Amino acid sequence: MCLAIPARILARQENSMASVDIMGVSRTVSLDLVPEAGEGDYVLVHAGFALQVIDEATANETLELLKTLPFFAEDEGLVAEGA
Amino acid sequence: MRSDRILLAHGSGGTMMRELIDDIFVAEFHEDALKRLDDAASLPFSGARLAFSTDTYVVHPLFFPGGDIGRLAVCGTVNDVATSGAVPLYLSVGFVLEEGFLVEDLKRILVSMRDAAREAGVHIVTGDTKVVEKGSGDGVFINTAGVGALAEGVDLSGSYCKPGDRVLLSGTLGDHGIAIVSTREGLEFSTDIQTDAAPLNALIANVLAAAPDTRCFRDPTRGGLSSTLNELAMASGVSITVEETAVPVKPQVRGASEMLGYDVFQVANEGKMTAVVPAEQAEAALAAMKASPYGEDAAIVGEVADEHTGKVYVHTAFGATRIMDMLVGEQLPRIC
Amino acid sequence: MDLSAFRDPEIARGLIEAINATAAKLGREVKVMEVCGTHTVSIAKNGLRGVMPDNVTLLSGPGCPVCVTANHDIDTAVALAQTPGVTVTTFGDMMKVPGSYSSLAREKADGRDVRIVYSPLDALQLAQREPDRQVVFIAVGFETTAPLIAAAVLRAQEMGLENFSVFCAHKTVPIALEALINDPDVEIDAFILPGHVSTIIGSHPYEFLAEQYHIPGVITGFEPVDVLQGVYMILRQLDEGRAGIEIAYHRGVTPEGNPHAREMVDTVFEPIDADWRGIGVIPGTGLGVREEFAGFDATKKFTLELPEPKEIKGCQCGEVLRGITLPFECKLFARACTPEHPIGPCMVSSEGSCAAYYRFTDYGRTDK
Repeated sequence: MCLAIPARILARQENSMASVDIMGVSRTVSLDLVPEAGEGDYVLVHAGFALQVIDEATANETLELLKTLPFFAEDEGLVAEGA
Repeated sequence: MRSDRILLAHGSGGTMMRELIDDIFVAEFHEDALKRLDDAASLPFSGARLAFSTDTYVVHPLFFPGGDIGRLAVCGTVNDVATSGAVPLYLSVGFVLEEGFLVEDLKRILVSMRDAAREAGVHIVTGDTKVVEKGSGDGVFINTAGVGALAEGVDLSGSYCKPGDRVLLSGTLGDHGIAIVSTREGLEFSTDIQTDAAPLNALIANVLAAAPDTRCFRDPTRGGLSSTLNELAMASGVSITVEETAVPVKPQVRGASEMLGYDVFQVANEGKMTAVVPAEQAEAALAAMKASPYGEDAAIVGEVADEHTGKVYVHTAFGATRIMDMLVGEQLPRIC
Repeated sequence: MDLSAFRDPEIARGLIEAINATAAKLGREVKVMEVCGTHTVSIAKNGLRGVMPDNVTLLSGPGCPVCVTANHDIDTAVALAQTPGVTVTTFGDMMKVPGSYSSLAREKADGRDVRIVYSPLDALQLAQREPDRQVVFIAVGFETTAPLIAAAVLRAQEMGLENFSVFCAHKTVPIALEALINDPDVEIDAFILPGHVSTIIGSHPYEFLAEQYHIPGVITGFEPVDVLQGVYMILRQLDEGRAGIEIAYHRGVTPEGNPHAREMVDTVFEPIDADWRGIGVIPGTGLGVREEFAGFDATKKFTLELPEPKEIKGCQCGEVLRGITLPFECKLFARACTPEHPIGPCMVSSEGSCAAYYRFTDYGRTDK
């Protein structure tokens, strides 16, 4: 129901707008919903608006946790070691 | 065909366009050459063979990053003729100009066409122009028709693909479609993606020389790679599986596609070519593509099989297999 | 930030193993419903059903806002397009959805001024550029999109625009989930909760699911690894006999969500009853434009003559939307109802369950 894509804020502009970069494509989006977002922040962009600031540290933490899963499953005796 | 009106979707290169062609055009014209639905007709002529093709260009905007309607009109028909394995020789051009169109703009388009023809080594030898009242056109519509010489023994067709064959793609997907959409009112975004419109007759000739048993060439224009491969799968009664990680796509094209909700496999290209080649000649074909103009990013992207005929699959980066579906109507930007 | 790791097959494999192991421990059959059309597409496109253990069924729910837009709402959009002087602006998603007699695409083919925009801001700009046209924006979507329309209306007010209005058909998710649970035909053991709606509303509005109904929910993102993580966390809860609302999509969602965005929605809109196509009226799940903003409410600005709504016989979208019928079990699927000739919105919407099954899987189609 909601295509929203991560984008990096390149610069704030007047009237609560900002230019953002999405993998080399740049567009102007509104910061009406996240007025505190600043240059360098990553935001989720949906239909021309930034919805929320993405927490990069949290993203990395989640990934680290997920990478331990096979070992976790092994520890619990749920999966044969080396499977 | 169920609609009683022509809709924009009927022109988008997807399944609705196919319906229009099958149910209305082919049904009314009753011509065998048309029924094969290859990009160029191969016609006997005084002991030799001609390849003959036509295409009409209605792109909007007329001028877009890296090119214009003129370049498209020449490259598109040159490529269609070349896909049959023929050497493109001569083009005709027909213009429908809207009253009020700027002569300066017409000149720009003509210069583009002249330069593209020169690059492709073809001659524009005849033409026609009409003017329609303001409001009846989109500035300019261009039709080009092209003829080429088919050497003896060259026989390519979208119906010749065989299990085990490899599918090659000459370069990055989606550049043209994204370049066009980046200029559309309401969707503007800035990118340095340019159209890839280019004549590929030299590339095709090189591949054919290196891989003489190539089954067919086809350019993934409207409807993108998906329309092209689905058409080939249906015409040949085979299935095709594409390896997602092997398909070259520029990061910006990926980014723009994700932003708009587009499927990169369905975005139009104007300077790319697919080739279906027997497995043992695939590496030679790839090397020839890479050494040719506009082929430096070429890759082997898929394989033909005989199960589940008529279908095209994507083996995803993630490791699962799903269907590569053909565009239905137009690709619309979406938020959901 | 490189988020491509959320598509990493290696990480996915680890999750799939963990899912299989936990499902085996759990033993019994479980039905997990996702209520976000973007999840429907992600699951289909990434072939995730194929990697689920046999005792875990992933059901698609009414999470496609286009699919659940009532017939008469489409008829209203069509009537607006037919109103002289009106330029209808819309997200691409709504163009092909059939109403009782027509669609926005059909109206455009008939010469009406219907334009696709990427953002409601584009509609605002259009209104500024063309003061002679009455620009109406068709506002459809859940809580992810409603703040955008609220922001657009507030901007329009600030600019003193007199030729801009919205037709608001927005709906909200949490109360609808309760209606689903209370539907006697529907069996759900847990919910995969929508990632971007939750970016705005946070996790608190879902807590009643766990507290009152003992049904776990995990707020999940949309990359394949995200979805697998969501499923894994659900299975763990079920296995441990817990029921809570957890956030898997940490990078985008906090328990509080985006309060500023919610304030903007509250300023412009108020809760009203909404008619969900195929389900019926669910009280309090719609958004209506508040009286103070009546000047921006298209239903107040224009007098519209609406036809008697007409449903198509045989269309089973309602059952598909509630997860009772799988798309390929519908008698019309892939026969009378295809993306080229859609009967109901589940097939025409890019996020509809039927469209997802038709486009990405082999169900129901014969080899040519």
